[in-house]
Amino acid sequence: MLALFEKFRKGRFSHGIHPRYHKDATRGKAIQRLAFPPRLIVPVAQHIGAPAKPVVNVGQEVLRGQIIAEADGFMSVPVHAPATGVVSSIGLMPSAAGPKVLSIVIEVYKASSQYVLYGNPVEPETLDHDELIQRVQATGMAGLGGAAFPSHVKLRIPHGKTAHTLVVNGCECEPYLTCDHRVMLEQPQDLLQGIRYALHITGAKRAIVGIEDNKADAATAIKAALKPDDPITVELVETKYPQGAEKMLLKSLLGVEVPAGGLPIDIGIVVNNVGTLAQLGKLLPKGEGLIERVVTVTGTNVAKAGNYLMPIGTPVRFILEQLGITADHEKVILGGPMMGMSLPSLDVPITKGTSGLLVFQERTFLEGENDTAVFPCIKCSRCVDACPMHLNPAQMGWLAGKRHYAEMESDFHLNSCFECGCCSFVCPSNIPLVQYFRIAKAVNREQKGKA
Amino acid sequence: MSKKHIVLHTAPHVKKPQDVPTIMRHVVYALLPIVAFAVYQFGISVLALVIVTTLACLGTERFFNWMGNKPSSLSDWSSTISGILLALTLPPGFPLWMAAVAGIAGIAIGKAVFGGIGYNVFNPALVGRAFVQAAFPVAITTWTPAFFTGRFTEFVPSSLTAPFMMPPETAEWVKQVAVDGFSGATPLSLHKFQHIATSPMDLFTGTVAGSAGETSALLILVCGLYLVIRKMMNWQIPAWIFVGVVATSGVLYLINPEKFADPMFMLFSGGLMLGAMFMASDMVGSPLTPKGVMIYGLLIGFLTVLIRQFGSLSEGIMYAILLGNAATPLIDTWTQPRLFGARRKSA
Repeated sequence: MLALFEKFRKGRFSHGIHPRYHKDATRGKAIQRLAFPPRLIVPVAQHIGAPAKPVVNVGQEVLRGQIIAEADGFMSVPVHAPATGVVSSIGLMPSAAGPKVLSIVIEVYKASSQYVLYGNPVEPETLDHDELIQRVQATGMAGLGGAAFPSHVKLRIPHGKTAHTLVVNGCECEPYLTCDHRVMLEQPQDLLQGIRYALHITGAKRAIVGIEDNKADAATAIKAALKPDDPITVELVETKYPQGAEKMLLKSLLGVEVPAGGLPIDIGIVVNNVGTLAQLGKLLPKGEGLIERVVTVTGTNVAKAGNYLMPIGTPVRFILEQLGITADHEKVILGGPMMGMSLPSLDVPITKGTSGLLVFQERTFLEGENDTAVFPCIKCSRCVDACPMHLNPAQMGWLAGKRHYAEMESDFHLNSCFECGCCSFVCPSNIPLVQYFRIAKAVNREQKGKA
Repeated sequence: MSKKHIVLHTAPHVKKPQDVPTIMRHVVYALLPIVAFAVYQFGISVLALVIVTTLACLGTERFFNWMGNKPSSLSDWSSTISGILLALTLPPGFPLWMAAVAGIAGIAIGKAVFGGIGYNVFNPALVGRAFVQAAFPVAITTWTPAFFTGRFTEFVPSSLTAPFMMPPETAEWVKQVAVDGFSGATPLSLHKFQHIATSPMDLFTGTVAGSAGETSALLILVCGLYLVIRKMMNWQIPAWIFVGVVATSGVLYLINPEKFADPMFMLFSGGLMLGAMFMASDMVGSPLTPKGVMIYGLLIGFLTVLIRQFGSLSEGIMYAILLGNAATPLIDTWTQPRLFGARRKSA
């Protein structure tokens, strides 16, 4: 009986939503390299933590792969030149989030071969733990899944804790995005190499790759590339948003719940994205830096939708021009449709955490009619049934309407919300719930800062 | 890329298509077959009843919009539902002017004073019915025989009572038109006051006397099922009510089968099916979580049987749902969802 129950639980977490996935346009498109843009805009803060410090000057020539900004402390990663060229300016440039950020602008040499000439090859197996962490930091790796958390920080196990399992996140539950899917299909060797390094660094005994069951071919590709002695298993989980949220994935794969307010490492688990580990497997032995990534470019009426490998710092405007997207698009999104940002300007660059570039014409980005009229909450409880963290968005929405932000935090676990957007997605009254919660969190942070 | 304008919007950028008016509109669709059957069963009086209550509800809603300097909210379809449901809970020959009073009272006292859609505590249709139940106790317990002759050409005499007048006696008229020796009682009152049982099949198909749209349990189930399939209704609410009714009446029946009705009879008689399917399941007045819904449903089921068997009235679902609505805020505070990753209380 219990075993039967286990069978049902396997690969599932409760709540969540089933948006339309729209992945068919790009899932079958092999990764292609995009042309190098004439100008790269490279922000020094592409990761969570302290921004990197520029170490080049205006007018200086940089080679592809050269460090142009150094890590500022442990919670920071360096930035490498994505292409050979000359630094034309270092200053504030537009960012996806809105405020301008310090960026290094590089005019790319047209005639350069763009070989990576920088590298510091090493055999990772021969290094001790601290050297490895340093090496990972030197690659400039930040989570490629979207959050852009410095990888070396994630791989370093805090004092007094041990990791027994490495979970590799290949869910890619956001609609439209297929870059991780292609990486798993085309670079399983790199991925497995990265997993082996991560196992080595964290000291975890086993690794589990969790992949949504709409990408079974990726699971097959990875299994085929496994060595007999690899302590690595590949498991399919239910296709459901937000399956790729680490807490949901751990629930699906292992049936464990990360304590509220805690991290996976609190229960001995480290989670990494497949794209991140594939890049790590490639870069760590060569001692090179992260200078390019795969981005899914898709949307409405995108003739050349696909998965493109492009240097970090490529401006969105250039990508659109390259792919012949000239129609009036009302909405341009970096990331996925559920958690991505709509762009205020097309001069924003692709950064380490950008997994997708979506362009939408008016009204086509909605599953139904784009009726933005907001009605009062009718207590339909759809948001309560959708919230993967089992919060009460309805109640918090009422409180947010009354500006009772402190109460949302103290009585209704506001800070457990990771802003997946399920509540706003299902709300028949079109109440911008997750948007309310973001504001509430920001206000609470401000209040705490004052106190 | 020539740009006229860019839309800035925070995530999420996609949205599920169902919005409030859509859901409400589909509830209206689901009610239409029930209305059609009621008209077929009791004739044009019911048609007039539906039109009057719906217009009264919509008019009241619009009046309060105007009073509050708010845009018209008629397009959200919620008052249309209240109007139709209200008509379905009234006796077929209910005087039309009283039906209008019920509609006005239902929206005014039951919804508008709370702040309109989403803010009401009680189901507006039931508030309207409760109002006229108290105001016109005789008219609301005066029944019309099902399938009486000439029902498509003439009104039930009491329907066209002049405003502020009491309806005429209909006993003589009933004797003339009834096809089968109709006694002027519903299955529930027959059972309660005269201990005469009605066959479950008749209850199920609805060939009995009763309120306009409450008679056919089968039809109501099918229409409710449509909403469940369209994911516009929480099936757990009627399900728990049925469980509550069967459990409570089952216990009573086992204690004394002579005095108490059997569970099947309880389930298919009176307004229970319509109330459970279309009123108790009203999103606004019901709890948020599955656990809360369970408590709410069981409570309504239990209270219904209690009122039917021990109260002075023969039907209990209306007051049971209103009490359930009243208990909802409390149930909601008791049954907050358990936070993902929260430490379970060590048993």
